[in-house]
Amino acid sequence: MPDDVPIIRMGQNLLVTLQGNLEDTTVEQIERAVTREVARTRATGVLVDVNGLSMVDSFVARVIARLVAMVRLLGAQATIVGLQPAVAITLVELGVPMAHVRTALNAEQGMARLRGSHDELVD
Amino acid sequence: MMSLSTEDALLTMTINGEADLLRVRSTLRAAAQYAGLSLTAETKLVTAGSELARNIVRYATHGQGMASIERLEGSSRRGVRAVFSDTGPGIADLDEVMRDGFSTGGSLGLGLPGSRRLVDEFSIDSAAGGGTTVTIEQWAR
Repeated sequence: MPDDVPIIRMGQNLLVTLQGNLEDTTVEQIERAVTREVARTRATGVLVDVNGLSMVDSFVARVIARLVAMVRLLGAQATIVGLQPAVAITLVELGVPMAHVRTALNAEQGMARLRGSHDELVD
Repeated sequence: MMSLSTEDALLTMTINGEADLLRVRSTLRAAAQYAGLSLTAETKLVTAGSELARNIVRYATHGQGMASIERLEGSSRRGVRAVFSDTGPGIADLDEVMRDGFSTGGSLGLGLPGSRRLVDEFSIDSAAGGGTTVTIEQWAR
């Protein structure tokens, strides 16, 4: 279990990397750490990179969806990036509601989306 | 990490805490790879197993139960069977728990119906007070 949650600050955005076979408590620790960091750094965007997750079950999906909602309440935007195709297919068949979650193919595209939404806010 | 070696056609493990979910997932993944399942079928099997093992931790008496993971050899293909059993309170109304969104534990209520959608074969055996056994199978195409 990682003591320090992998959160990298990139300008106004935070990059969070989820990887490996995660225990439920670890997923919840990461959720708390990210919301804390968003509030502390006043980040405007959060990229959650899930490319390193070979499995996302309903619990992990629920925490990710909740994290996205919390980040939004804090006034920032969260985007999930790098979902593996097999994981995406599994989530759809499992029936996890993820429609409100913004996604992008990879971190680069996700970052471009975050920049785009900042421009919208400025306009 | 535990994995199925070529000698282990059947592996049984106890489940009594969250940490055991990781063991169930990695054992299922190794069995799926041995059986030659596609990555999608493998991911679905591991996800279903994770849901069912979590059900034991959440709902069985003292969160305790067993998982047996078995390699299957068909005439022309291989598969994996996993059996999750507990001696917990059991389920009085199976139709109810197999419906999307039914939950007594504050979850999404997708564990059982969702798992059924992810695997080739799914069966559940339970009675109030008599424990619960869920069997799933996934086959290589």
